[in-house]
Amino acid sequence: MKKILIAWAVAAIAACALPFVLSNYHVFQFTLVLVYAIALLGLNMLTGYNGQISLGHGAFYAIGAYCAAILMDKWGVPYWATLPVAAAVCLVAGFLFGLPALRLEGLYLALATFALGVSLPQLLKYHHIEQWTGGVQGITIIKPDAPFGLPLNADQWLYFFTLAVAIVMFVLGRNLLRGRVGRAMLAIRDNPVAAQAMGVNNALYKSLTFGVSAMYMGVAGALGAIAVQFVAPDSFGFFLSLAFLIGIVVGGLASISGALYGALFIQFVPNIADAVSKAAPWAIFGVFLIAFVYLMPGGIAGAVQIARARFLHQRR
Amino acid sequence: MASSPQRQLLEVKGLHASYGPTRVLHGMDFAMAPGSITTLLGANGAGKTTTLRALCGMVKTEGEVRFDGRRIDGAATEDIVRLGVAHVPDGRGTFAGLSTEENLRLGAYVRRDKGAVHEDLERMYGYFPRLRERRRQQAGTLSGGEQQMLAVSRALMLRPKLLLLDEPSFGLAPLVVQELFGILRGINEAERVSMLVVEQNASLALAVADHAYVIETGRVVLSGSAEEIRNDDAVRRSYLGY
Amino acid sequence: MTQAILHQVFAGLATGGIYASLALALVMIYQATHLVNFAQGEMAMFCTYIAWSLLQTGMGYWPAFVLTVGFGFVLGVLIERLVIRPVERGGSVLAVVVVFIGLLVILNSVAGWIFSYIIKPFPSPFPEWLANPLMSPHEFGSILVTLIVLALLYGFFRFTPLGLALRATAQNPESSRLVGIRVGWMLALGWGLASAIGAVAGMMIAPVVYLDPNMMGGILLYAFAGALLGGIDKPGGAVLGGFLVGVLENLLGAFVIGNELKLAVALVLIVGVLVVRPSGLFGSVQVTRV
Repeated sequence: MKKILIAWAVAAIAACALPFVLSNYHVFQFTLVLVYAIALLGLNMLTGYNGQISLGHGAFYAIGAYCAAILMDKWGVPYWATLPVAAAVCLVAGFLFGLPALRLEGLYLALATFALGVSLPQLLKYHHIEQWTGGVQGITIIKPDAPFGLPLNADQWLYFFTLAVAIVMFVLGRNLLRGRVGRAMLAIRDNPVAAQAMGVNNALYKSLTFGVSAMYMGVAGALGAIAVQFVAPDSFGFFLSLAFLIGIVVGGLASISGALYGALFIQFVPNIADAVSKAAPWAIFGVFLIAFVYLMPGGIAGAVQIARARFLHQRR
Repeated sequence: MASSPQRQLLEVKGLHASYGPTRVLHGMDFAMAPGSITTLLGANGAGKTTTLRALCGMVKTEGEVRFDGRRIDGAATEDIVRLGVAHVPDGRGTFAGLSTEENLRLGAYVRRDKGAVHEDLERMYGYFPRLRERRRQQAGTLSGGEQQMLAVSRALMLRPKLLLLDEPSFGLAPLVVQELFGILRGINEAERVSMLVVEQNASLALAVADHAYVIETGRVVLSGSAEEIRNDDAVRRSYLGY
Repeated sequence: MTQAILHQVFAGLATGGIYASLALALVMIYQATHLVNFAQGEMAMFCTYIAWSLLQTGMGYWPAFVLTVGFGFVLGVLIERLVIRPVERGGSVLAVVVVFIGLLVILNSVAGWIFSYIIKPFPSPFPEWLANPLMSPHEFGSILVTLIVLALLYGFFRFTPLGLALRATAQNPESSRLVGIRVGWMLALGWGLASAIGAVAGMMIAPVVYLDPNMMGGILLYAFAGALLGGIDKPGGAVLGGFLVGVLENLLGAFVIGNELKLAVALVLIVGVLVVRPSGLFGSVQVTRV
């Protein structure tokens, strides 16, 4: 027990020290890691824990991002107030989408969400809603400054803000997933008929899971928009949803820490691979996807758990 | 059984079979002479169907199976078929979406002698005229009895040395069953096609067969000529329920 | 006005033919394996790039066409044997989907890597004299090629022993083994054919949408819509569905919602069919025993 507390303390100190030792650009990258971690936790809830496959979850990320951008740009809403709005909008949108999705199993749900993911940019470019979405050019927003005159620059402040939100979301998520709700979700994933027979209200749980996972995506999207300072239809293409899928497969399905590993993976691998060629990151993603399915189905989190178990076992 | 210097068509020694972790056959031993009709009897769940599936390489097995002197345990189903073993599975295994004639043609899929295939097609229609009437009809729309005839004919289109039949009487009216078994006996005598028949309807099977084996929980517990077993009251009552 | 409508209908039939071909390829794979080939579009795109490369060497169009179809066939067989085989036997649904997405991503990025993301023109082989008041030469030629491919496939499946064996395998793999069909090879053959069809579709659509690694995304969506509309396990239905979607897309795009939201039509069709009548117009309703 003590070891775990020490490990957490070290991690916390490292996380807080980060913005002061790294350049602004690297701080920005780590902010995005946190953003993606929130997003991946959301997707993992839906796909890893509850077994509903979504190839179009980027749509909710986009909705959250546009919420934040429109609120800040058109109505001058302060950045921190956009988060609850994005969360609420996406919770409802996700729940509503989850209702027809109830009738779709496995492959068919994947197909329907695939369609959503592919058609999303075109939907966002629709000229009738251009006055809000800014059309193809999108919307630019300004990064907020640190409040109360704190001696932090905008990047550092945003990092801490995102870190705080991430911690809250993770704690909430952890409580949800480790408790009765999480067990019900897993039961539905593994044997929906048995779950129903045991009194689990499948329909309600599945729709709620959709809603909550969309909410996480929305919050992440809003934070992401603020960090990147820009939203435009082409940033939310099909490959965004795929990046999230890759994140949870590599990070580890049905795992909370997996969200963090996955986020680190999808943020930094492109950086390294970009040096080789523009196409290289995705080629690597694709290979990793297939490799992980066949060789490491538990993802990085799974491997860590195995390694830790082995290590502890050897100590005895 | 008469001892003859002639090689057995089928020899099974110590056959074990499992579905995943569940072992169903616990060391089966039996044999078949060429040209004979042999029946496997036993209660539901005794392992009769599994035995046939094991012979065809459709389940995981241990032990030795020899067909025509050659070991086939562990071989792939497609290769066993090419050696001349045709299996009429329980449930008939009809290609429901294909026509009657297409089903029959598939039975001859591995044969090289295309001309003779046409002759055989005519022969099957001769045995089962109903099939000729329904040759272009979708096989799934045939009645139970017709589908059984189709399944048997399809297997015969292979010109097999050994025909495996799994519960051929299942779900058929008694008259139809008589007809079917009569035809099978005829084919066995005329063309020397050996047959291994799994049946729950013991009296029916014993009327047609030369030899019988009784199976209980995955083992052969009794063997003898059909006549011996038919006449043994004790056996009939304990193992065959009548 | 009627001239305009007719033109849209025929243009719709031309693109519809492409959707129909891809829909057929999707259904062939679905029938045999109950798997949805999300990578079908990228496979077609990759083959089209191969065609482009062959054309760059100065080869004539039709020889390049034939070679590309051959390449497509081999690509399909290799993918089935090497990548898909392990998940065919059974893996969770998620594993299957992830493998297909991985394939999609690899093909897309390798194409971008080798051929760059710069949009390239792709030639149409159909001479000007095919033009008529209702259709452009390419539209006419496309429809012709699609019909020829469909006719050849139909003939193959209905009249050849191999085609029969393939149909048998798709319907009932266990019984197919019992008559000696090598089911594994049949699956590879099915994939090879599906991939070859995709190659033809890619070469027919590239002159219209221009060659670029992301060109097939929207088209695949329409193909899915067509396949679902017609019934994901009915080849004839899928073909009909493809043509229908093509015509619908064009008519709605030209007269009702404008070109911008055309993909939304596909999205609505897909979600709509899946929710309201998953078996499509012609498919059979699946009953799952609990």
